[in-house]
Amino acid sequence: MTVLRRAAVPATLLALALVPLAGQEFALDLFTRIMIFGLAALSLDFILGYGGMVSFGHAAYLGIGSYAVGISVALGLTDGFAHLALAAGGSGLAALVIGFVALRTRGTTFIMLTLAFAQMIYFLCESLNQFGGDNGLNIPTHSDFGRWLPLDDPRVLYYVTFAALAVFLLLGRRVVRSRFGLVIRAAKSNERRMAALGFPVFHYQLAAFVIAGTVCGVAGMLLANQTEFLAPAIMHWTRSGEIMMMVILGGRGTLVGPVVGAAIYLLLEQVLSGWTEHWQAVLGPILVAVVLLSRPRTRRALAQRLRRRRIAPAHA
Amino acid sequence: MPEPLLDIRGLCKRFGGLRATDDVSLTLFPGEIHAVIGPNGAGKTTLIAQIAGELAPDSGQVLLDGAEITRLSSAARAARGLVRSFQITSVFPDFSALDNVALAVQAHAGHSFRFWRPAARDPALREPARARLAEMGLAARADVPAGALSHGERRTLELAMALAAAPRALLLDEPLAGMGPEESAQMIRLLAGLKGRFGVLLVEHDMDAVFALADRVSVLEYGRVIAAGTPEEVRRDPLARAAYLGEDEAA
Repeated sequence: MTVLRRAAVPATLLALALVPLAGQEFALDLFTRIMIFGLAALSLDFILGYGGMVSFGHAAYLGIGSYAVGISVALGLTDGFAHLALAAGGSGLAALVIGFVALRTRGTTFIMLTLAFAQMIYFLCESLNQFGGDNGLNIPTHSDFGRWLPLDDPRVLYYVTFAALAVFLLLGRRVVRSRFGLVIRAAKSNERRMAALGFPVFHYQLAAFVIAGTVCGVAGMLLANQTEFLAPAIMHWTRSGEIMMMVILGGRGTLVGPVVGAAIYLLLEQVLSGWTEHWQAVLGPILVAVVLLSRPRTRRALAQRLRRRRIAPAHA
Repeated sequence: MPEPLLDIRGLCKRFGGLRATDDVSLTLFPGEIHAVIGPNGAGKTTLIAQIAGELAPDSGQVLLDGAEITRLSSAARAARGLVRSFQITSVFPDFSALDNVALAVQAHAGHSFRFWRPAARDPALREPARARLAEMGLAARADVPAGALSHGERRTLELAMALAAAPRALLLDEPLAGMGPEESAQMIRLLAGLKGRFGVLLVEHDMDAVFALADRVSVLEYGRVIAAGTPEEVRRDPLARAAYLGEDEAA
C-alpha cells in the first residue's frame, strides 16, 4: 500500500505526460478533459478529503472560471493573463462569499447551502441571454498567452493543462503537510478540540475553501479553452455530484486519487456510452460497488462471508 | 491577597425549568488547585463549558486576570491562556501522540497561515512537544497513534496537550475518569506537579485525589455552590456531607 502510495504521483504524471505520444487527436482531447476534471476534483478533495467540508456546489467555480473566459472574449478581451486573473479571482471571491455563510453551519445544512449557492449561480448564468442564456455560446478565440503558447493547438493546451495539474498537485501535497494543512485536517477530526486548543477554526476553513474555489476556477478557465463553448450546463448540480464521485472513486484525502478518479469516471463514461445510451444505469451500480468496497467494514464483512463459505463444505 | 487569575461572578444558566448553574461565583488564584466537586448532575460540566466559552451563560461574568472574557469564543479564551481538558478524552486519534502535542504547541506559536514547511519536521513544534511528552512519562509512546494508546495514556496525553497550549489557568474536567488505581496514582503525581505553576480548576469525582491535591474545594449541588473552603473545612461542613461526602462514607 505504501509502495502504491509513493508511486501514485510519479506514475500518474508520467502516464499523463506520455499520452500525446500516442498521437491521436481523440485521446489528446479526452485526456485534456480528464486532467481538467482531475484538477477540479483535486481542489474539491482539498476541502472534502482533508478538511471534511462536503461542498456540493463545486461545479459553480468551474462555471465561473469558464464564464470569465467566455464573457471576456465576447466583450473583446482575449488576453490570457487577464482571463486567468478573472477566472481565479472571480471563483475565489465567490468561494469567499459562499464559505463565509456556509461554514457557519455543519453537516446536511452545509451541503444544502453550498448546493443552493451553486444553483443560484447556475440560474444567474442561465439568465444571461446576451451570453447565450440557456443554449450556450461559442467562444471563438482561445485565451491569448502570446505566440509561444497557442492554446488553439490541442497539444499545447494539453501540456498547459498538464503543467497546471502537476503544479497544483505538488503544491497541494506540500500544503496538506504544512501547519495550515495540519489545522484543516485536525479540525475535520475534532473541531471542538481545535477550538479548545485556541485555533480560530473558521478562519482556516474559510481560507481552505477559497483556495479550493480558486483552483477550481482555473480548471474552469482551461475547460472553456478546451470546449470553446460556454453553457450553464457545466455548473449544473449533477456536475457537482460527478466531481464528488471522482473524488470518492479515486480515494479522498489523497489529492492524486481524485485525478485517477476523474480518469476512471470519464473513461467509463466514454466506453459505456459507446455501448448504450443508458450508460448511466451501468455506471450507477459500479459507483455504488466502489463506494461500498472502499469502506473497510464492508470489506471485512465480505471476506468473512467468503471464508465461511469456503469452510462450510468441509464440515458437510 | 493577590489578584485572582480567574474570577467567576454570579454565573447562571437555565435549560428550560432546570437551573443548571445557579448564581455560581468562584475564584482561582495563581498556582493553586481549586477543586469543584458534587454529585452527578450537579452542573459541573455545564459550569466548565461556560468558563471555557463553549456555552454562553444567561447572566454573570467570567474574568481572566481582571479582564472580562464572558463574550469571547473558546478559541480566543484558549489563546489568552485559559485552557481546558475534556472529561471524555478528546484527542486526534489518527495523529501520533507527538503530533497531538505538537498541534497544541502550534496553537500558540503564532498564526497557522503557513503553507510551505512540513509541520512534522518543524523543530519549533516538535521539540517542545517532545519535552512535554517526556515530562508526562509518554516519551516512549511518542510515535504511537493516539487512538492506539491505552485509556490511561490517552488521559495523560490529554493533559500533555493542555499543558503544551501555553496555559495560565487550566480547567481539568475529571482527569482521573475511568482510570485504574495505578494510573490514578500516577496522574495524581502529575497533577501535584502542576501546583505552583498554573492555576488549576479541577473538577473531579475521586475524593482521595481531591483531598490530596486541592488547596480549596467548592461543593456544587443543583447548580449552586453549597459549601466552599479548605479541604478540612469542607470535610466538616454539614451541608457538604449531606449532599455528597455523606453518601461516600455510607457507601
